[in-house]
Amino acid sequence: MKLDIKELELKANTIREDIIKMLVEAGSGHAAGPLGMADIFTALYFHILNHDPHNPMWEERDRLMLSNGHICPVRYAAMAEAGYFPVSELMTLRKLGSRLQGHPERLRLPGVETTSGPLGSGLAQAAGYAYAAKMDGQKFRVYCITSDGEHQEGNHWEAVMFAAKYNLSNLTMIVDRNNIQIDGYTEDIMPLEPMVEKYKAFNWSVIEIDGHNMQEIIDATGKAKAIFENPTVIIAHTIPGKGVDFMEGDYKWHGNPPGTNIPGEPPKEEQAKIALHELRTLGGKIRSEHE
Amino acid sequence: MLRSSLKLAEKIFEKDVEQIPTRQGYGEGLVIAGEKDPNVVVLCADLTESTRSNLFKEKFPSRFVEMGVAEQGMATVAAGMANYGKIPFISSYAAFSPGRNWEQIRTTIALNDVPVKIAGAHAGLTVGPDGATHQMLEDIALMRAMPNMIVVYPCDSVEAKKATVASAANGKPTYIRLAREKTVVITTEATPFKIGKADVFWISKDPQVSIIAAGSLLFEALIAAQELEKTGINVEVVNCHTIKPLDERTIISSVKKTGAVVTVEEHQIIGGLGGAVAELLAKNLPTPQEFIGMPDHFGESGEPDELLRKYHMKSEDIVVAVKKVIVRKNS
Repeated sequence: MKLDIKELELKANTIREDIIKMLVEAGSGHAAGPLGMADIFTALYFHILNHDPHNPMWEERDRLMLSNGHICPVRYAAMAEAGYFPVSELMTLRKLGSRLQGHPERLRLPGVETTSGPLGSGLAQAAGYAYAAKMDGQKFRVYCITSDGEHQEGNHWEAVMFAAKYNLSNLTMIVDRNNIQIDGYTEDIMPLEPMVEKYKAFNWSVIEIDGHNMQEIIDATGKAKAIFENPTVIIAHTIPGKGVDFMEGDYKWHGNPPGTNIPGEPPKEEQAKIALHELRTLGGKIRSEHE
Repeated sequence: MLRSSLKLAEKIFEKDVEQIPTRQGYGEGLVIAGEKDPNVVVLCADLTESTRSNLFKEKFPSRFVEMGVAEQGMATVAAGMANYGKIPFISSYAAFSPGRNWEQIRTTIALNDVPVKIAGAHAGLTVGPDGATHQMLEDIALMRAMPNMIVVYPCDSVEAKKATVASAANGKPTYIRLAREKTVVITTEATPFKIGKADVFWISKDPQVSIIAAGSLLFEALIAAQELEKTGINVEVVNCHTIKPLDERTIISSVKKTGAVVTVEEHQIIGGLGGAVAELLAKNLPTPQEFIGMPDHFGESGEPDELLRKYHMKSEDIVVAVKKVIVRKNS
């Protein structure tokens, strides 16, 4: 079922609401990254990926590898909304016995494709997967979501070289370029720019997009499929905390859920309420079924 | 005496005994595994000849992947390949793999439970002149602490070949520890081998000590057993090639007979085979134990034999340890 642009935007907002509710229920977890990537995950699960929520191990499915495992709430929410499991199960996030681990585990939840959390290792796994699939002439694509902060890991660049060496054109990486990491803004902590030129120098094809523009997300992944010379990286500029005004663009929300005492932020008891209110009314940022 | 039913090599105590490095057995095993299963692929991090991965590369060039000097990349790329359905062997020196890429192995191979085989070559003190940086003495500890991981330390090249072929079919993350130096070929093609099954290589009447060894120092243990026999001290020598899962039944059955243990390995005493045996016995059958191994110390440059002498890992050191543990047992 492919949703159109309008439907995708509404679905992304539902997924943002899910994320806030999950994190409040869990009492820990990362808020900013999942909210910032809600549009991209919505586009993937409801338009781009060739997949079957009722048969998560379907052999011909496109593979979506999440490297920065800490944003898994957005993946879990997108999977639940897509029908992989009941939406109510989202409330088990990070709880004992849950399939929804704090960082995703392949063996616990069919469909998450791999285990991730420690940064910088996802692209290499996706590249190894893509290499093996290419050996066997498989038609499916391998997608890999990475964060910008994890570009500080050496393991990531080993994989960048590997994927280019073997022209892994069946691999598309989407970088969540939200400029934040736990300790601050990426360019203060350890500068990553110029990112586009870096990837070009490593023999990748590079596409830059607005990571909140559904049309651009869909067009870029489509274009990547038509590039046969080398792997493609889509650098998606996103706003961390997108949709919740007091979280947007603020690195302090990288590793915290709503309900955290942070100086200068709304009282912790009010945060979830404010966040959900904003997502429902949206202050004009994202259209919603509640508007 | 050597246990005849195991069909061990003849004349292992003579001067012209055959010597081959275990890494050679690995390379030959890769070719056999590759012939048996088209899903076997081999990755190497710029050490193709010295890990003997070149044997596979020559036979199956399209299934060989050169990673460059990138052990973290190698482990994680292999994890992706195994997740897809391949059976990747990753080859490097133990100091770098699992030395450098331990976390990648932990998360993407062991926690993911995908069947990547990690071959750590040039392990132990006998790398010799390369010095402490390359003398990996902590790898067994690193790998056996990890859930889902199988740890195998073959005693010779023939056993290394069998371990390589067997690991290709075991469906589990597996670490195979290999050495650079030529060492005595103790076993033959006809000697039984099963991952997880230790074998008593030296038996005697009323044994007083169980010597439990892994890797090429098993040969030093056998020499020690022979020397001890001459002085009227009977022992058993167990080839404990699989350090995880430990063959609890074989070890406990030997120790029940002897009541004393000497463990022998070219590894730190902390966390190695000796530690694994001590954990088992402390819980099930508390027993006096002496440890042959590196005493919480880094190595240094030198000829392999000089180093084994300096750090007390030779047959005469095992003899001393056996006598010492007998005194402890009887006191």
